Amino acid sequence: MAELIRAKEPFKFCTRLHLSELTGLRASTLGQLLALIKTISGSCIYHHTHRFLQQHQYLSPEPPNDFAFWVTDILGEDELGERLVSIDTIQYSTIRDLRERIASTLESYLNENPLAKLKFAKSGEEFHFIKSVSFILPTNYIAYDLNEFAEILKKITIDSIYFHIFEARLRLEKPTNDFSYWIENSLGDKKIANKISSFDPYTCTLEDLRSKILRIVEGKLVS
Amino acid sequence: MAKIEEYIPLVGQAVIDDLRLLGERLKGKVIQHINSTPVGGGVAEILNRMVPLLMELDVDTKWDVIKGGEQFFEVTKKFHNALHGRAEEITKRDFEIFMETSQQNIESINTYGDIVFVHDPQPIALIKKRTTNKWLWRCHIDVSGPNLRVWEFLMDFIVQYNSAVFSAPAFSRKLPIRQFLISPSIDPLSDKNKELPQATINSVLRKYNIEKDKPIIIQISRFDRLKDPVGVIEAYLQVKKYIDCQLILAGGTAEDDPEGFKVLEEVREKAKKDPDIHILLLPQNDIEVNALQRASDVIIQKSLKEGFGLTVSEALWKSKPVVASNVGGIPLQIKHKYSGLLCHSIEGAGFAIKQLLSSPAYAKKLGENGREHIKNNFLITRHLRDYMLLFFSLYHPEDIVHLC
Repeated sequence: MAELIRAKEPFKFCTRLHLSELTGLRASTLGQLLALIKTISGSCIYHHTHRFLQQHQYLSPEPPNDFAFWVTDILGEDELGERLVSIDTIQYSTIRDLRERIASTLESYLNENPLAKLKFAKSGEEFHFIKSVSFILPTNYIAYDLNEFAEILKKITIDSIYFHIFEARLRLEKPTNDFSYWIENSLGDKKIANKISSFDPYTCTLEDLRSKILRIVEGKLVS
Repeated sequence: MAKIEEYIPLVGQAVIDDLRLLGERLKGKVIQHINSTPVGGGVAEILNRMVPLLMELDVDTKWDVIKGGEQFFEVTKKFHNALHGRAEEITKRDFEIFMETSQQNIESINTYGDIVFVHDPQPIALIKKRTTNKWLWRCHIDVSGPNLRVWEFLMDFIVQYNSAVFSAPAFSRKLPIRQFLISPSIDPLSDKNKELPQATINSVLRKYNIEKDKPIIIQISRFDRLKDPVGVIEAYLQVKKYIDCQLILAGGTAEDDPEGFKVLEEVREKAKKDPDIHILLLPQNDIEVNALQRASDVIIQKSLKEGFGLTVSEALWKSKPVVASNVGGIPLQIKHKYSGLLCHSIEGAGFAIKQLLSSPAYAKKLGENGREHIKNNFLITRHLRDYMLLFFSLYHPEDIVHLC
């Protein structure tokens, strides 16, 4: 086994905990949904496209976003639901871009299917807009090399994995996930960094994600 | 009472580590909870568990209770029903009674907390004492379709708080203050939810003369019209035509609920001709509630309105199949046909109970999925975390908060 590179700057694991903030805004029709998607805060878009990852972390596959679930299950617009489900979130580097894509998907569907505007959710089944408020705090876990990194990865919470993979990239608008950034820039291992950043984390549960990253890192450790 | 470390086998070490990280950062702040009753009902039950655990996490937490006479609690019960959308005649005198008792409490209660956390409408007027400290109003009620006269009366107080907290998205409405969604929780280590030996379950059944010779359907709730105990009997009678089963309606009454005994009498009258219906007025005995839930084959929560419906989480935690109304916070706990069955009517409830009693494998699967969902989202450890984050939010208006 090759000698492990020890980083000058260690990887400091943070965790991200969140609160759901209610807005009091609700939509009963696709028109209302579209209008609100265009104007609500980015924290709302983030909540409704990422909530499922943490709330149903052991269930896969789950509807990847709340908008898709609502138009399918409540309004019965299966085709629109499918189009929204298929939005490839990993392709978007900012919430702004993701919002535009969701809005344009809704707009083109309504142009093609004007009758869909007439559908409405009955009382109690409206879409309620919720904001995600994130609290980021450092944990006591620090890694200087890949071995330490792997050991910590086995025991940190899924909230911490979530933060470094999803939130850091999309919400804090970093160029890649934190793990890949540190492995490439502090350990100089571009290959491992790319392996981690190249798969789509939205298609697996957070526990699966932990296992996948561990496999990549441990694969390097035994080689 | 369980210590925080005892939750590690259930939720993992890292979850408890996170709670400690948050607790350390709240050192020096005094959190003062205020509600209307020290026992009975979901709020008192949650506070009884939560206050010692927060203390153990180094969060200096106190709990005070307002005082009120019979008249006051009759008015607040009317408010409660009216907020749930039930027709209630509320007079000018009722509002006066509310304000008179509130004024006495304003004069007698010391609101010393750095954060004063007021639960439900009964103590809401204490906000008049606000100085430089932070105030939270926690609404445990389903206010999705409230009586507007009562709601507007309360709004005059609500807008003076820093933030409000609701249990389900449908309860929120546009407010000029911040509002958060926090679901309540159950304590897996409390007497009501911990594992029980079969001998304990059997002895509770013997105490109430219940034979386990036919399937048991149960609803455990306060005797309250909004829990629809009469509707539960009607649903049971539909099932009984096809499946020989028995029904237990068990519950107590809370100090702040003077209507409870009237409802209990109505239920006894409705049930008196059927020896397979057991009406149990339970003392405050959580082990007995736990044992009755574990002895049951199907657990019902057929509420007409529900603030959250923690009895559903209790049932699912015990891996029991549940039939519950699609109201309040219940759909957050049950995903229909995945972790239980939701219903909208007496007929629907009867049909769902029949389905579960006839298909034990399906019922078992729903119960297992339900337990997993509760484990991930409705245990007290998640609730402790949310409350601590809520406290931080009072000092951080931004959407991304860095707690160094």
